[in-house]
Amino acid sequence: MEMMRRERIDRGIKVRTEGIYAISSIREVLYLLGPRLILIVGMISLPFILELAPYWKRVVNIMCVYSLIALSFDFLANYVGLVCLGGAFFVGIGGYIAAIFNVYLSFPIYVSIPLATICGAIFCTLMLLPCLPLRGVYFAIVTLMYPLFFTRVIEALNILGGTNGITGLSSFPNQYVEEYTIIIVTLLFLFGMRRFVTQDIGLVLRGVKDNDQAVRASGISIAYMKSLAVFIASVMGCFAGAYIAHLYMWSGISLFALDFSIIPIASVVIGGGGTLVGAIIGSVILVPLSEILRAFGTFRIVIYCIILTLVIVFKSEGLMIYLQRKYHQFERWVKV
Amino acid sequence: MGEGMSGDIPILSTKGISKSFGGLQALIDVSFEVYRGEVFGIIGPNGSGKTTLINCITGFIKIDSGTVYFKEKNITGWKAHKIAHEGIARTFQIMRPYYSLPAYKNLIIPLWSPRARKIGGWRGGGKHGDRDTVAVDILEEIGFERDSKVPYKIASTLPTGYQKRLELARCIAVRPEIIFCDEVFSGLSMSEIAGMLPLIEKMKSDGITLIMIEHRLRELFRVADRVMALNFGEKIAEGEPFVVIEDKRVKEAYLGTEEV
Ligand SMILES: Nc1ncnc2c1ncn2[C@@H]1O[C@H](COP(=O)(O)OP(=O)(O)O)[C@@H](O)[C@H]1O
Ligand SMILES: [Mg+2]
Repeated sequence: MEMMRRERIDRGIKVRTEGIYAISSIREVLYLLGPRLILIVGMISLPFILELAPYWKRVVNIMCVYSLIALSFDFLANYVGLVCLGGAFFVGIGGYIAAIFNVYLSFPIYVSIPLATICGAIFCTLMLLPCLPLRGVYFAIVTLMYPLFFTRVIEALNILGGTNGITGLSSFPNQYVEEYTIIIVTLLFLFGMRRFVTQDIGLVLRGVKDNDQAVRASGISIAYMKSLAVFIASVMGCFAGAYIAHLYMWSGISLFALDFSIIPIASVVIGGGGTLVGAIIGSVILVPLSEILRAFGTFRIVIYCIILTLVIVFKSEGLMIYLQRKYHQFERWVKV
Repeated sequence: MGEGMSGDIPILSTKGISKSFGGLQALIDVSFEVYRGEVFGIIGPNGSGKTTLINCITGFIKIDSGTVYFKEKNITGWKAHKIAHEGIARTFQIMRPYYSLPAYKNLIIPLWSPRARKIGGWRGGGKHGDRDTVAVDILEEIGFERDSKVPYKIASTLPTGYQKRLELARCIAVRPEIIFCDEVFSGLSMSEIAGMLPLIEKMKSDGITLIMIEHRLRELFRVADRVMALNFGEKIAEGEPFVVIEDKRVKEAYLGTEEV
């Protein structure tokens, strides 16, 4: 029997579009920009497509919220080497600060969201500062503890509305503002982060992940670099939290729910870690899926787990990396 | 050299450095001085405390007692990145490049460092967009063929010889005044070492002070001006290479363990 082996070859167009030759024909420009355009146009047109199904518009908003958190997880884990399970921490802090600014201090919504994003990110970074020297699983555990800690503090001291939460946050002026705020911010962060990680400063962060000792030996403070990265990640998380608080017009302890830490990680695993786009794709699949599975009640967790396991076992690289390969390369069988 | 320069101020000096790990005394009261422009060798059998000495001086581990002066400034207990920022670079005995980055991108990190940006003065201005070019320039200088694919290969796939050169390139890129080299010759073939010796000479002529830990004494002695020998964490001899190697205690320390 003849032995056959699968061989992967770059498509001609991929080779042609590397470097400056990319702009020589419409077809090649499309090859490069196509996937980006599909994503942008797709996201922007979702609210119109779903005009007849208002319930699903809400799902799109939540999907974007999870995308942002997943993006911040992917960035910290795969570009800086910090495994941060603090999604719930960022969302909770962002949400409560937005509520404080909006309800207690009567700032309008277009001030309270940006302020909550920045102040929340500063607060989260300061809280995580002492944990930055911790490595691997220890850092992960601390980031997981903070939301629990704040939940109990709010319950026990009955501050910030206690178990009822803070109600009466102002809503968005209309549906379109509500939708496009989150869609556009998500796209901006996605393309912004993809750019950022290829800049020199992004390379330094990747250096911290690969070999932090050599970064120190180059005269760069790794504590500074890590806190910068945590700040960027918390900006995304706190924005998501502030947005969600205004979306529900309510900020309560369920903003510290574990879902915000776990589902984004699952999204990154499914979408493909280290691609950043994968974080979005994973959320686009998982969040609507969990809505559909809602009919199954608690049984949906089982289905969820089965899907995750299957992805990890059969396509552990994640969808995005798989798709990228299919897009740029073709396969053929060759004799060995 | 050395003797003739003793009137000068040393660029680096240590006074009575001691360090223990639990019960193990890794360094005992080590004092030495290095002068600007020298190549200073540190020799000694395995486990004699050479790497620990570098770690202590460069701030990677805390000193139990003793002082380190860099250009008369007391830098004892400073954080590692501040010491590097002052101008003391080092290689690591266990090479770990930024393995997921291409070789030339490995140099973007030191080139981005506050020290490299402050000093600047690279060909091409060293401004933001030029760092890639500067990186390839440095790699070419250190022996990567510019027109080949080698500078663009992912660092983890490079052969040992190139990884060693990359370690040195990473040091050069921060424009240091002193470079500590921790066994850069080990694991290399004779011809690879022969290829590295001119690099050492070049760095020396560029005014960089080199402190080299080496096991390969013959190769070290071709470039070193002075050497110091350690054994069980203690300094046992110091001086001209061929005087030190004739020292009775040094011979005993190496006896049967190393080729001399
Ligand atoms: N981090 C550490 N913890 C405990 N012991 C150490 C540590 N680093 C080095 N040592 C011990 O200190 C001694 C000197 O080690 P080292 O400085 O690496 O020697 P050399 O570089 O001369 O071969 C060895 O006995 C080693 O086991
Ligand atoms: Mg050693």
